[in-house]
Amino acid sequence: MNANSNVRDGNPLTALRRTVGGYTDGVRDWWATAPRWARWTVYALLIALAIVAPSDAIGSFMSPHSHWASLLFSPIGTYVLLAVGLNVVVGQAGLLDLGFVAFYAIGAYTMAIFGTKYGWDFWPVLVVGIFMTAVSGIILGSPTLRLRGDYLAIVTLGFGEIVRITAQNTEYIGGSRGITNIPHPQPIFGVEFFLDPLPYYYLLLAAIILVVIFAKRLERSRVGRAWEAIREDEDAAELMGVPTFKFKLLAFFIGAMIGGLTGVIWASKVIAIQPPNFPFILSATILAAVVLGGSGNLPGVMIGAFLIAWLPERFRGFADYRILIFGAALVLTMALRPEGLLPPRRRRAVSGAVTKPETPPAGGDEAGDDRPAEEVAK
Amino acid sequence: MLNDFISQVGPSTVGGLASGAIYALIALGYTMVYGVLRLINFAHSEIFMIGSFAALFVINLMGITGPLSGIALVGTMLLLLLASMAASGGAAVVLERVAYRPLRRRGASRLAALISAIGASIFLQELFALVIIPEVFDRPSQGRNQVPVPRLFDRETVFSIGNTDIRNDHLFIIVAAVVMMVLLDVFVNRTRIGRGIRATSQDPETAVLMGVNIDSIIRTTFLVGGAMAGVAALLYAMEFENLRFNVGFLLGVKAFTAAVLGGIGNLRGALLGGLMLGLIENWGSIFFGSEWKDVIAFSVLVLVLLFRPTGILGESLQRARA
Repeated sequence: MNANSNVRDGNPLTALRRTVGGYTDGVRDWWATAPRWARWTVYALLIALAIVAPSDAIGSFMSPHSHWASLLFSPIGTYVLLAVGLNVVVGQAGLLDLGFVAFYAIGAYTMAIFGTKYGWDFWPVLVVGIFMTAVSGIILGSPTLRLRGDYLAIVTLGFGEIVRITAQNTEYIGGSRGITNIPHPQPIFGVEFFLDPLPYYYLLLAAIILVVIFAKRLERSRVGRAWEAIREDEDAAELMGVPTFKFKLLAFFIGAMIGGLTGVIWASKVIAIQPPNFPFILSATILAAVVLGGSGNLPGVMIGAFLIAWLPERFRGFADYRILIFGAALVLTMALRPEGLLPPRRRRAVSGAVTKPETPPAGGDEAGDDRPAEEVAK
Repeated sequence: MLNDFISQVGPSTVGGLASGAIYALIALGYTMVYGVLRLINFAHSEIFMIGSFAALFVINLMGITGPLSGIALVGTMLLLLLASMAASGGAAVVLERVAYRPLRRRGASRLAALISAIGASIFLQELFALVIIPEVFDRPSQGRNQVPVPRLFDRETVFSIGNTDIRNDHLFIIVAAVVMMVLLDVFVNRTRIGRGIRATSQDPETAVLMGVNIDSIIRTTFLVGGAMAGVAALLYAMEFENLRFNVGFLLGVKAFTAAVLGGIGNLRGALLGGLMLGLIENWGSIFFGSEWKDVIAFSVLVLVLLFRPTGILGESLQRARA
């Protein structure tokens, strides 16, 4: 446990970490003080970029191995939306959910069941699907949210597996064969939905923009502050009069709705779904996206999801090895920047002594590094 | 239905205890690491997987193709036990060094450590599927298929209770697991290193002040937890005679469930939780069919946690959580 910061300063990993860290922190400091018009310009540019993203010019660089517009819809778009949803639960309320894929699955199965068995169209199913997942979020949450930390993690993991295995064992919803011939959405505003991925991409993009606005407003509201209080110290929050159980349930409810929304949109494009589409590893991947990007910070989470969805596809040339590299990259990224690529500002301030790249206060760096395991645990 | 249950309850009790013993041995690794670091060692399932393939590697090396008996069997078993314990324990120590210690040094959140563990888990699975199984086990382009393990000894009925035959392989698993548990319990409760582990899990800061070398204690914890997974790995390979690159995943999840069921951080809780989970799964399968086995296991977990939020025996290795 002795301080050996002199030794580590010569470490190339440390140097790299500080360079990257210094750069992203600089951008974020600018952003925090940027005037309103500058922010709106950036928002507009980002949306414009997302709208022209499917063009072939961009696609030929971004995805030489697969159809770019299809990739933009799934996995990229779906991962981004799922990560925004999971961020509400993990990043904002601080509840570790390892079974988020369950909500995605319930949304997708709702679309499939109502579409094939009752002939409903996409738009009403969208409403029903979101409702169904919201209810399932409450069903999962109300008995389990009294548990804390890792107990919650294992129970949510179990829930994800229960949903998948139940789908697999229930003949009414196709058992292990899944459901085929899921209808596409009816045309809206003259846009036809068929095999071309473009309309679905724009549909998903619209959903992402709406959900991000919603999540951002929520973050700055009383609800968001309550979640933050719960995340930082649940007992203190309870003592301050925050009804913690109610707000934790609300986080589950909203996260579940976003997961379900993603599932409905995804199922309306893919025609057929099967239980193996919803493995545990998908929950883990989305969680990795959230933590990698910077749990609790929306832009970070979206970038994390984009990278995690895109990089393995971009490097399809490495064929099978891309998942191996993905695993190693997760370990390396966490070692370099455990708080994620773009951590929320406020939390960075708390652990400033550790992450601040330049001019650490005298002894501050050592103190940060020598925190014993108990500190790590928090 | 009830008649079915009565006629099958004997055999499924024995089978349940055997798989429960394997869960319990793996659960020990989760529980020990959790006790010391408050961390779900998610890659523990891959530690188990590595141990099972190490056992198979030695079996192939020795050219064993059929059942053994007598001295040869005892010697082989001891050698295999040593090999899988060493492989799993060693892998766990390397894992701690590569995936956890850099984060620990930097005061990272537990979430970051969890993602690092998931990354390590993915890496190890893919490493086996892409490189080790095709190359070392000579199954080119079949890295994702099952790898059969030759039978080590003939299965015979040792004795019967009522109409239930107790087979030697089941008996061996249960006895081996219980012996290991007792040894571990003595190690943690009676030795100097064990005292260090307990001190660290109660209060790491004070433990450091009292002269405990926390890095060495953490390394030992991973080593011992890994070695227990190695024992489980050998027993699993021997009993189920099929391995896969992702053999650890479901077992790992079940074992973690068992650890939580008994009270995570609590060694005796891991044993109790493992055996209970094995029994409940197998009994439940009689009523609902074996395809619902995993659903039963997780439902029981949820039910138990509703009434006993810190598991059946509570979290005794660590101080009560706020």
